[in-house]
Amino acid sequence: MADEKKIAAYICRGCELGARLDTDQLANIAQREGKARVVQQHDFLCSEEGVQLIRNDIDNEGVTHAVVAACSRRAKTAAFSLEDVAVIRTNLREGVIWAQPDSEENREITQEMADDYVRMGCAEARFVTRPAANSEAGSSKIILVVGGGISGMTAAQEISKAGYSVILVEKQGQLGGWAGRLWKRTPGKEPFADPEDTKIAQMVQSIEEDDRISVHLNATVGRTSGAPGQFSVDISTASGSTVTENAGAIIQASGFENFDASQLPEMGFGKSPNVVDQAGLELLAKEADGKRIKRPSDGKEVESVVFVQCAGQRSDKEGELSYCSGHCCNTSIKQAMYFKDANPEIETAIIYNDLRTPGNGEDFYRNAQRKRVTFTKGEVSSVETGGSDLEVRFKDLILDEVTSLSADLVVLATGQVPNSGVDVEAELEAETAENDGNQAGSKQEESLSVSVAVESILNLDYRQGADLPHLQHGFSDSHFICFPYESRRTGIYACGPVRRPMDIAQATEDATGAALKAIQAAENAALGRAAHPRSGDLSFPSFRKEGCTQCKRCTVECPFGAINEDDAGYPLFNEGRCRRCGTCMGSCPVRVISFENYSIDTVGQQLKSVDVPDEFEEKPRILVLACENDAYPALDMAARNGNHYSAYVRVIPVRCLGSVNDIWVKDALNCGYDGIVLMGCKKGDDYQCHFVKGSEMAHYRMSKIDDTLQQLQLEAERVSTLEVEITDIRRAPQLLNDFVDQINEIGLSPFRF
Amino acid sequence: MAEVVATNETIVVVGGGISGMTAALEAAECGKDVVLIEKNPSLGGRVAQLYKYFPKLCRPTCGQEINQRRLKVNPRIKVLTMAEVEAVSGQAGDYSITVNQSPRFVNEKCTACGACSSAVTSEIANPFDYNLSKTKAAYLPFDMAYPQQYVIDPSIVGTEEGEKAKAACSVGAIDLEMEAETINLKAGAIIWATGWKPYDAGNIQPYGYDRFLNVVTSVEFERMMDPKGPTAGKLVRPSDGAEAKSIAFIQCAGSRDRNHLTHCSRICCMATLKQTTYLTEQFGEQSEAEATIYYIDIRAIDRFEEFYNRVQEDEKVSFVKSKVAYIAEDKASGNPILHGVDTEGYNRYAAEHDLVVLAIGMEPSVDINALTSEISTDASGFIQLDEENGAFFGAGCSTNPLDVNRAVQSATAAALRAIQVVNQISRAEAA
Repeated sequence: MADEKKIAAYICRGCELGARLDTDQLANIAQREGKARVVQQHDFLCSEEGVQLIRNDIDNEGVTHAVVAACSRRAKTAAFSLEDVAVIRTNLREGVIWAQPDSEENREITQEMADDYVRMGCAEARFVTRPAANSEAGSSKIILVVGGGISGMTAAQEISKAGYSVILVEKQGQLGGWAGRLWKRTPGKEPFADPEDTKIAQMVQSIEEDDRISVHLNATVGRTSGAPGQFSVDISTASGSTVTENAGAIIQASGFENFDASQLPEMGFGKSPNVVDQAGLELLAKEADGKRIKRPSDGKEVESVVFVQCAGQRSDKEGELSYCSGHCCNTSIKQAMYFKDANPEIETAIIYNDLRTPGNGEDFYRNAQRKRVTFTKGEVSSVETGGSDLEVRFKDLILDEVTSLSADLVVLATGQVPNSGVDVEAELEAETAENDGNQAGSKQEESLSVSVAVESILNLDYRQGADLPHLQHGFSDSHFICFPYESRRTGIYACGPVRRPMDIAQATEDATGAALKAIQAAENAALGRAAHPRSGDLSFPSFRKEGCTQCKRCTVECPFGAINEDDAGYPLFNEGRCRRCGTCMGSCPVRVISFENYSIDTVGQQLKSVDVPDEFEEKPRILVLACENDAYPALDMAARNGNHYSAYVRVIPVRCLGSVNDIWVKDALNCGYDGIVLMGCKKGDDYQCHFVKGSEMAHYRMSKIDDTLQQLQLEAERVSTLEVEITDIRRAPQLLNDFVDQINEIGLSPFRF
Repeated sequence: MAEVVATNETIVVVGGGISGMTAALEAAECGKDVVLIEKNPSLGGRVAQLYKYFPKLCRPTCGQEINQRRLKVNPRIKVLTMAEVEAVSGQAGDYSITVNQSPRFVNEKCTACGACSSAVTSEIANPFDYNLSKTKAAYLPFDMAYPQQYVIDPSIVGTEEGEKAKAACSVGAIDLEMEAETINLKAGAIIWATGWKPYDAGNIQPYGYDRFLNVVTSVEFERMMDPKGPTAGKLVRPSDGAEAKSIAFIQCAGSRDRNHLTHCSRICCMATLKQTTYLTEQFGEQSEAEATIYYIDIRAIDRFEEFYNRVQEDEKVSFVKSKVAYIAEDKASGNPILHGVDTEGYNRYAAEHDLVVLAIGMEPSVDINALTSEISTDASGFIQLDEENGAFFGAGCSTNPLDVNRAVQSATAAALRAIQVVNQISRAEAA
């Protein structure tokens, strides 16, 4: 490939572009101002013939950069995906002619808009390099699975079935986890009527016989370093030995612990051996081995049993679980059947508030009713342990009265508590507070004390902490509805109840999905490609050490923990962990971080290339930095629907608002732009930012831009950060128009003078 | 003619909703070749018709945008729209599939400029709005439609309107001579992501869906909130266009019922809780709008409990534990009147509301057994994971009533199962 950069511009006249715009003028601008050495116009550029025209120039003229001035990058993407060259899409259709009314009075400003977008496209082309994949990618395709319960074992088996090797680490002396301690499981197949064998023993045996799975028992992960494709993992055993293994990706299936029922003194747990939790009942059932279950206190065969649902969960009491663990209704139904199947005369009652048996669980529930298990909607207040029998006091919600039931045995349906390791975000918060010189507030002290007490699962050698970040209640889940596996640590996927409460059937499905993601992460890492959501992106951040002030902003602000620090405090990039959002680039005060195809210059030169009219023209210029995931599509679709917005706006798509560097805002102000809008996704607890923290960071950084504005003696209202959704096809244009009105009220920027 | 090369290392995914798109993308991003078959003119499936997702109240099209971007840049996935599987034969690792593709009358030259739509006046019932609205007979199914290509309805082919549409197209994208095609594909494994459909509400006779205008289903209610939907985003009653400020939600409409669907459809409780938030969104915090939920159990499972708690704190929302016996209509006002017994205290009620929303159950959208006898289903027709199924794998709501998150997990798992089969073939061929 020729080293020399040769820019060509292709201007489409189709879709009315030719009728609405002076395309000869656009061609001139591309040539004279844009320095395009080849400029062509075409009536239908996305046609086979049009694309061939570009292809020919690449082959015969040595074009390396093609500026396609036509429709939005969201349209005709496949047609303009040209190999070997950098393609820059300049949005004249959705971005200009559809965004403007087709009227004579608008003709001039519409043309000015198109002129600027051609300038911007050419400016971007001058600073873009077509990315080559990261050459230091690791190529390990072995998958590490941490946790040997049903989730971890399923993941290991499924990975092996796909032809990949697995290292399975289990801290106990045998595989099986909680599922291995069950007498039976809830049914997973038609007719969903009766408890089924867990088949754990067969599963363990087949794993032990599987050549592709190596099992480490009594073992934990002592240290994990590296990145997808090249993780290095120290596996320590109880005997004190440590082995180091390589892995391409990691699955964390560290499961759950049962909620400690002794924290429910009113329920009699600990006071009487005849009050057990669901795990305790499984033990009794295993001992009974299909015969009558005996009560622990005296070995008498149980003649009456009461199940207390939601014990210590769905609760607003301090120390109890606020969530529902999902499986417990079916589990109690199953356990009630242990009794009914041994002897239908045994009185079994399940006291519940909402009975939650989704899907085919309903068949199971119905069969329990057939077996004459009693279901009572009620709220249990206490279990009295004084007498020879237990007395369960509850409010019957149907009869609206306080009543009680006596029983030989009481089973508390307590919930699942995730075994998710260290709360790394609480740790970081505490560190930040310390660095800021604040007295650590009580909240931070509290979270810190919690995290210190907990052992790490993965012991990640990451700047941002040793484990996957937690969501609410300590679960290592993804925040995304559409993308449940997207963790904030690339190539590390959680599955099973560590992610959210779940039963065996769900854990099996979840583990199989996580197995795919792990394989995919290893495969893509080997090719130097990004993982979701910029799947396939070959660019990665490069860093210029000279100039770096070791300020640590990039290492702290990276949402994915991709950047470590060396001993001197310089950032150490781990490309394999990087998701290419550019938050590091946005964070860098000295601008030493960039991507080949996305950099301070690719955006900065675009905004500088815009022709800002002189002060007498009274035409404001507004720069809009729009998130490409939601804001940019919203503007596209607004234009498609004829929802016009101001022709004074110039929109530049960005990978994420987190990638917006202050310098772009400052440069724009210095260039005479009258206002700047950052348009991105929702931040906060229910954030919609695809890169987790990008939108949040942008708001934070822009809150600090006031100083700059003051120095320049500009009004604070000139810079605005807005949240939009992809469906805001009316609101997004309206927000822009309102902003322009506001700028008109303030007056044009003094920097034009 | 769609040129599709498929071999016994190809994975065919049937259904282009969120589950099918996910399965196709996850497999392709592992380096596998995929053919994605969708019977509608665009991908997106039922989630594209939703106004918001629970529990985040975010927009389904947001994730769809990401998925479409993944799709556009991945040459390993071939998409066939307006295509349905007619027959399947063969065995794991070696299937032959016959696909029928209906004519779109618009070819891939289409730039989605909209000129054809502007040129015609004929309208058809709009399936995207469950036929509650009309759309032009030359149409883009919805804003996010992928492929971004218009469709000419067959009703105007051979008419003057069809010719008008054709004449309006400056790029020669309209081909009124286009005919149905049969496409034969090979596949190593097949993922059935055929999804769900709402249970036929007319079957629940006591609720009068087919008799009372002001009884609608939950899926129709979603469309009403969309500014581009049948009511332009207004919560108004079908009978008279008046604002619906007292809305009754009836849970388990068709589900958990031996006369209808025996299973619990899982999502309906959360869907209703979500939909109660639409009242505040529409009428404001201070309005007198109120929602009443008639339920058997509120199944806000696992972390969704928090969402339930939030809705319970909303004074405008009340809960009645009751299976509604029947609905009558007040002839003068058109108000539905719900009759039943509140089981908490056993009080009879006759409650008048402006509008009733049936939290309609989910059933499999396709009778898979009619297509192939070699697939194991449960009593409701959902595909079971079964070794007897060969390399047929269910994904998403074809396997169970699932919310989006779980459907995506299921689809990701299905993709791996399919990959296991085709990897075995490629290993065997390499050996």
